[in-house]
Amino acid sequence: MQRSKEEIIKALGKPSRYGPDIDINMYPPVRSGYSSITEEMASRALDVGVTVGDRAGTYFQVDSSVLKEAVEEVYHGKVEITSIKEALETHDWLKEYYWRAVDPVADKYTATAYLEGELGYFIRVREGEKVDLPVQSCLYMASQGRRQVVHNIIVAEPGSEAQLITGCVTGKQVDIGLHIGVSEFYIGRDAHLTFTMLHDWGRRLHVRPRTGIILEDGGSFTSNYILLRPVGSVQTYPSAFCKGDSCAVRFTSLIYGASSSIIDVGARAVLKGENSKAEIVSRVIATGRSKIYARGLLEGLSNSSRGHLECSGLLLSDEAEIHAIPELQGIAMGASLTHEAAIGKIAEEEIQYLMARGLSEEEATSLLIRGFMDVEILGLPLHLTRQVDRMISRILKGGF
Amino acid sequence: MLEIEDLWVSVGSRTVLKGVNLSIPEDEVHVLFGPNGSGKSTLIYTILGFKGYKVTKGRITFKGVDITHMPINERVKLGLGVAFQKPPVMKGVKLIDVLNAVGKTFNRKIDVERILRDVELDSDFLRRDLNRGFSGGESKKAEVVQLVAMNPDFLILDEPDSGVDVENVERLGRIIDRQLRGKAGLIITHQGFILKYIDVDLAHVMISGEIVCSGDPDRTLSQILSMGYGWCEKCKGLRRKL
Repeated sequence: MQRSKEEIIKALGKPSRYGPDIDINMYPPVRSGYSSITEEMASRALDVGVTVGDRAGTYFQVDSSVLKEAVEEVYHGKVEITSIKEALETHDWLKEYYWRAVDPVADKYTATAYLEGELGYFIRVREGEKVDLPVQSCLYMASQGRRQVVHNIIVAEPGSEAQLITGCVTGKQVDIGLHIGVSEFYIGRDAHLTFTMLHDWGRRLHVRPRTGIILEDGGSFTSNYILLRPVGSVQTYPSAFCKGDSCAVRFTSLIYGASSSIIDVGARAVLKGENSKAEIVSRVIATGRSKIYARGLLEGLSNSSRGHLECSGLLLSDEAEIHAIPELQGIAMGASLTHEAAIGKIAEEEIQYLMARGLSEEEATSLLIRGFMDVEILGLPLHLTRQVDRMISRILKGGF
Repeated sequence: MLEIEDLWVSVGSRTVLKGVNLSIPEDEVHVLFGPNGSGKSTLIYTILGFKGYKVTKGRITFKGVDITHMPINERVKLGLGVAFQKPPVMKGVKLIDVLNAVGKTFNRKIDVERILRDVELDSDFLRRDLNRGFSGGESKKAEVVQLVAMNPDFLILDEPDSGVDVENVERLGRIIDRQLRGKAGLIITHQGFILKYIDVDLAHVMISGEIVCSGDPDRTLSQILSMGYGWCEKCKGLRRKL
């Protein structure tokens, strides 16, 4: 979306429609000179699914330093991973994709990213290539009290298939900061991309991802968002635009809100092409004094649009809040859109049932929470399912 | 093994059980008959210690231990096991999860495959959300699978034949009979179909929260089937008059 400099500068003062307003200037930009991935970084990255081995390629950025951008040899010519800066210098055509799926004047965070976003990754899956191992990226914040601003572009060329795992994490000592991440996805004709994002931020860190997805005929995009650790605030509302016919979009979020986290996560699917379908599923648990907003918007613009929105919320504390805000817009007469939302506490009947099998009340509660956070709904690769499972076990071990 | 003495139980503001006395020795299986709403399930939930079932008088001892105010899981660890009439649908919790938890609780390895074979439940059910979309018979079988895994000394079966088709009642009856051999138990049944296949020592009839008579299971059942529970109510009335 072409915007004038004036418009963008004006947008710097525009708060987001949702989520707490953050004074960006409170957090000076990250400026750091890391040259290698330390043991601590590797260990924290592992917490969010970023591993060594079993990956087709890796992008690893710490503050503003790109420490790794590599594709495994066997995938050369199939996948391309570079910093966005380098990609813009190499590929003239990329300018056409730059800021097309996200509007730079949407709010102050997108405007900031437009003006500062020289960092971030570019991932391109070449036409017709089926990449069997996941591609991964890690965005790591190592400096206290700073802001990290990134702009990522992911292009899945026609007929390609890939899976991208992004782990966003802070260093152990970092609990204050701001992360702004613009991500633009372009899913070509008959291309299929699964994007799994795991977050593990500091307790007073604010996170504003801004994501846009454009799908061509027959394209599919599956997004999994997993946030299980306390955070200052997260506000995101990715928007998928099914421009072509027969597109499929699925957003799934698994959220465990702890301490005073404010988590405002939505997803929007615009079903413009014929025979396109979308599904938005969220499972959220609120403990402590956390506040969770689970939003969703399905827009059926064609007669054959199909969409379903589902939010299940579990409240584990009297001081926590869950707001489920599903929205359906049927613009064409034949569009079929549905939603269901349920918020409640753990049913006493189920706890007692499990206690009648010998489990203590705590064990029964833990098994029920684990069941509620059923990782299998995400359809992740086995190793990542185990990883998320372990994360959930760790949380439950610490009490709830 | 299980001794219930002058048990009074209220649920909310209503007194449901009114002075129940019941004694089930080791190696004996008893059956409890009674019309809907007579308090049979309340008795089971009270034996298990479910919340909301308040013992206002009397006590329950199991293996000589007073369990009247013990947490549910402690009672279960002592050797009580139950197959529920209407088990809840467990979202995200699979049968295998419960069996694993049972193995951990009782600290033993559970031969899941063998149990499934014995109970004639397909192994697909292990990885499905427990009771979600299960038929009446499948739910009952899943209950029995858990009961076998727990291997309790005292088995409680709440309406094991309700909502089960004729063919499966026979199958379930035979499975339950095998499990009860050499053990003690209490079976609750409204219609008594399953008793054709289970060896039972003594029958009791509960009417309006009281056990009004006890006797031979076959005779009691045929009396109920021919005369209905109305006869028991009259009988209860007569006893009062006397």
